[in-house]
Amino acid sequence: MGSPVGGPAPAITAEGLTKIYRTRAGEVRALDGLDLQVPEGSVLALLGPNGAGKTTTVRILATLLRPDSGYASVLGYDVVRDAQKLRRVIGLSGQYAAVDENLTGRENLWMFGRLYQVSSPTAKERAGELLDQFDLSGAADRPVKTYSGGMRRRLDLAAALIGRPRLLFLDEPTTGLDPRSRIGMWDVIRRLVREGATLLLTTQYLEEADALANSIAVVDSGKIIATGTADELKSQVGGERVEVIVHDPNRLDEALRKVSDCCLAEATVDRHTRKLTAPASGGARQLVTVIRALDDAGIAIDDIGLRRPTLDDVFLSLTGHAAELAESESEPATAVPAGSTA
Amino acid sequence: MSSAVSSADRPTREEHGSALSDTLVVTWRNLKRIPRIPELAIFAILQSIMFVLLFAFVFGGAIPLPGGGSYREFLMPGIFAQTLAFAAATTAIGMVDDMQKGLIDRFRSLPMSRSAFITGRTVSDVIYNLGILIVLMLSGLAVGWRVHEGVTRFLAGVALTLLFAYAMSWVGVWLGMLVPTVEVGQQVAFTAIFPLTFLSNAFVPLPTLPGWLQPVADWNPVSAITAALRELWGNPNPYGTSSFPSEHPVLMTLIWTAVFIAVFAPLGVRRYRATSK
Repeated sequence: MGSPVGGPAPAITAEGLTKIYRTRAGEVRALDGLDLQVPEGSVLALLGPNGAGKTTTVRILATLLRPDSGYASVLGYDVVRDAQKLRRVIGLSGQYAAVDENLTGRENLWMFGRLYQVSSPTAKERAGELLDQFDLSGAADRPVKTYSGGMRRRLDLAAALIGRPRLLFLDEPTTGLDPRSRIGMWDVIRRLVREGATLLLTTQYLEEADALANSIAVVDSGKIIATGTADELKSQVGGERVEVIVHDPNRLDEALRKVSDCCLAEATVDRHTRKLTAPASGGARQLVTVIRALDDAGIAIDDIGLRRPTLDDVFLSLTGHAAELAESESEPATAVPAGSTA
Repeated sequence: MSSAVSSADRPTREEHGSALSDTLVVTWRNLKRIPRIPELAIFAILQSIMFVLLFAFVFGGAIPLPGGGSYREFLMPGIFAQTLAFAAATTAIGMVDDMQKGLIDRFRSLPMSRSAFITGRTVSDVIYNLGILIVLMLSGLAVGWRVHEGVTRFLAGVALTLLFAYAMSWVGVWLGMLVPTVEVGQQVAFTAIFPLTFLSNAFVPLPTLPGWLQPVADWNPVSAITAALRELWGNPNPYGTSSFPSEHPVLMTLIWTAVFIAVFAPLGVRRYRATSK
């Protein structure tokens, strides 16, 4: 992943990107004036729920899609005008493993290497190296249709690397993988990062952005709504918080007042999960105060704890809705806790 | 590296440079699929043999040829034409199958020639169709079909058949990008091609058709290739009225293939470039 001498120019620049999809049901504004800057040698995670515009952004930057308006350049190449030149220096690994089922792993890598305009012997050699590196040597000469989901994703990532790209796009690299394969994929991505790859990855998993990226751009409704490191974003929602799960839903409001009084701040409530959250500037001491106040009032609790903010909280505070819920607004909330029946 | 600014839509010099090798790589990839899914080829071959046997034995006795001659010798060029008209369906199905998978995004994101993906498809399909044609010819020989005009005219006929199949493949490329799924592709291709093959001189002599239908069948590209093969190989070729297509079947076939390629190749390439833009 030899990235060239880091000039002042950013690896990715996007200004005012818009994209509208026309469907039978009407227009969907996938991107609504998206701006983005990614320095060379960094790892940026585009974080957002399904339908936020992450994949559309990646497809535009990787020359698969033309923006309706706005401008984007990657490694100094205009994504529309210099598309063919840009394709030589980027790699893309998408949401679905884009490898040929009927070819073997080795044949796939050789083929994509050739189409990257790498000579046949070099493509063969590089395919062998990547198969080793991604733990696929044992299956290298089997057709891909016999591979597991995790193996296909690793092969897909290897295919994105066959042309030694200077910049790599990973669109939801772990979506649909089981937890073990996901951790395996993380290891592979971390290794690429250590080797100095410039990487743009999209994810709807907050912990994934936290684990892999050194900066995060939060996307919602086709716009970037916040950028920063994981810590910077977390500090936006404040420090530690106390979280209480109240046993009896009928006493939620009473508990809400008690907790707000103890913390000297308005607590928030999630009625489905009977969860109260309030900033706890006093740390553990404040936790004790809350427990005492609730106990004195005779309000039974199922759980209580002190929690550092997660990126979920960030998303909630930035957008007013939870990341996971944003995609399924039409679906009825199903998180009805047991024991809440009237 | 050229410093000239290149348009994304206009092929650059660089693109032309890799077009041939890219096409060969894509062709290689498509041909690799054949032994990996042997059922596809086996059933295509069985189907071809079945057609030869069904028409030779079922219709063979019922259809008298004006002017006499062996029905089986009359039939075989028709069978070749019919089977290779279905090259359009083979290509369409291959295209839809590829377009439906995420794989197409990878091809698009590569610095490869924009047209290599579809040109490679048409080239591999011609090679596949040559295989099918050989099986058909062997079956034909088994039921009594013969070529009477020497090796040169025989090879000319084979070349013409493959050229026709290649042109039909370009129709298939375009069709394959219009339809959403393999199943729809199959339906569309068969609905379009069945009438094309039956409204022709492939299985029945033209004079036996109703009068109003005869000009339609006469100008049908399938009739042109069928008559061309009969003429080249000295197989019975009864015609009712004299018309331009019936008098110049080889020329007519060349015109049709040129028209198909000239119309559908640019349409297909344009559609491929435009998809999901």
